Amino acid sequence: MRGSRRRSIAIAAVSSVAFLAAIGFAIVNAPGWPRVRDSFFNLEVFAESWPVMLRSFGVNVQLFLIAEVLILGWALVIAVLRSTPGPVFFPIRVLAMVYVDVFRALPGILVIFILGFGVPALRLPGVPRDPFFWAVVALVLLYSAYVSEVYRAGIESVHPSQTAAARSLGLGQLQALRYVVLPQAVRRVIPPLLNDFIGLQKDTVLVSFLGTVDLFNRAQIRQSATFNYTPYLVAALIFLVLTIPLARLTDWLVARDARQRAVTGGVR
Amino acid sequence: MSAGGEALRIEGLHKSFGALEVLRGIDLTVAAHEVVCLIGSSGSGKSTLLRCINLLEPIDAGRVVVEGEDITAPGVEVDRIRRKIGIVFQAFNLFPHMSVLGNVTLAPRKVLKRSRAEAEDEADALLARFGLADKRHEYPDRLSGGQQQRVAIIRALAMRPSVLLLDEVTSALDPELVAEVLDVVRELAAGGMTMLIATHEMGFARDIAHRVGFLDAGRILEQGPPSEILSAPKEPRTRQFLQRIIQAGRL
Repeated sequence: MRGSRRRSIAIAAVSSVAFLAAIGFAIVNAPGWPRVRDSFFNLEVFAESWPVMLRSFGVNVQLFLIAEVLILGWALVIAVLRSTPGPVFFPIRVLAMVYVDVFRALPGILVIFILGFGVPALRLPGVPRDPFFWAVVALVLLYSAYVSEVYRAGIESVHPSQTAAARSLGLGQLQALRYVVLPQAVRRVIPPLLNDFIGLQKDTVLVSFLGTVDLFNRAQIRQSATFNYTPYLVAALIFLVLTIPLARLTDWLVARDARQRAVTGGVR
Repeated sequence: MSAGGEALRIEGLHKSFGALEVLRGIDLTVAAHEVVCLIGSSGSGKSTLLRCINLLEPIDAGRVVVEGEDITAPGVEVDRIRRKIGIVFQAFNLFPHMSVLGNVTLAPRKVLKRSRAEAEDEADALLARFGLADKRHEYPDRLSGGQQQRVAIIRALAMRPSVLLLDEVTSALDPELVAEVLDVVRELAAGGMTMLIATHEMGFARDIAHRVGFLDAGRILEQGPPSEILSAPKEPRTRQFLQRIIQAGRL
């Protein structure tokens, strides 16, 4: 059993190396390769571009972190409002539903332009003009719509008998939500939440359309300065390095969740 | 305690789910320290009755009076009422994300505003009394069904209810785990706990109940001491029901 497993690993390794070598050989010997290499994989441009680009990436990271925290909070508020019971809260439910419908339907770049260019152009007193601020607002509005739906799915996946048990002990509506329903709901939706955050990470480049020099904008600047496309590849590489581990983490969490459900026979 | 030592009184209780009338006028009184068992086939309305008493289901007509207070009157604060009435469910309904201690102390801490230390001391005393002291840090999915149900009973007891409702608490258990849960209920009965119990365990009902009520199609068809109801019922429907139970080997 263990021998055959080791054998399959060895075969997989040898096959992968041979396969990659064949592809590499084919590419390098293709007729246009030297031009591709100079234009996309220029080591000189790479070496002088990546430090300044990495610094510009700080803008994206900052944007991502601030927006993520706000999204996690705001989306939870929307989800809870949408899950309120009873006829009294009907208008609130409708309002939350309209919000989600609207911001899931709009293209991100449209919202960024409306807020980032449109609102400062009103010249209203006290209204910020900083594009970074408006990028945060736009991303929070857009992504909260998605994330609130993820939360809501989690809330609805918790069996009503849990709420019944909590209420029967004398806990109020909000207490039952806070101590019994939400902890279970949030735990279940962590993998899909991470998935949305991979999307958010990438969409931080939208801030560059408002003129802020982030990684994407810096790549454009470097490209025009060097007449070379290597900076774009550097930008791509930076995103890959950040996003792929997050994607693997998500997969791992999903797999772990499935294993746990298999062991305990499902969560009541 | 109210006049006559009455813990719970139900008057003319009606409840429908859509067109289906589940309870058609229930009248029932439970005295303090009395144990009343409700028997009847599935769908006769036993669970719905218990859920209505705990206000988990809104009622259509009638009154529920707990210790002299009409809890079905408009404007009554339901969360305060529920503290007086504990309920234990067929499927345990423990909180899977909390340890045994967390399950038992949640309501005392958040509803009664007890300090953590105080709530945990009381919980530990209850856990020790029912032989679960070593499980205080376990999570529900690590416990057997019988242990889970005992924890659920302790969780309800931690609120010191004046009435405890048990909704077929052994129906979801493997046969060999039924006894440990019934022993807990027996001990509570011996300690004078007022209980209204929906059950399929006729032998248990005969042992423990002061009074047995037979529920049929949303009405209490007859009630009386277990010796009378379980051995010499007057109503043909009750006889039919018990006949089926005997055939199934459960009496």
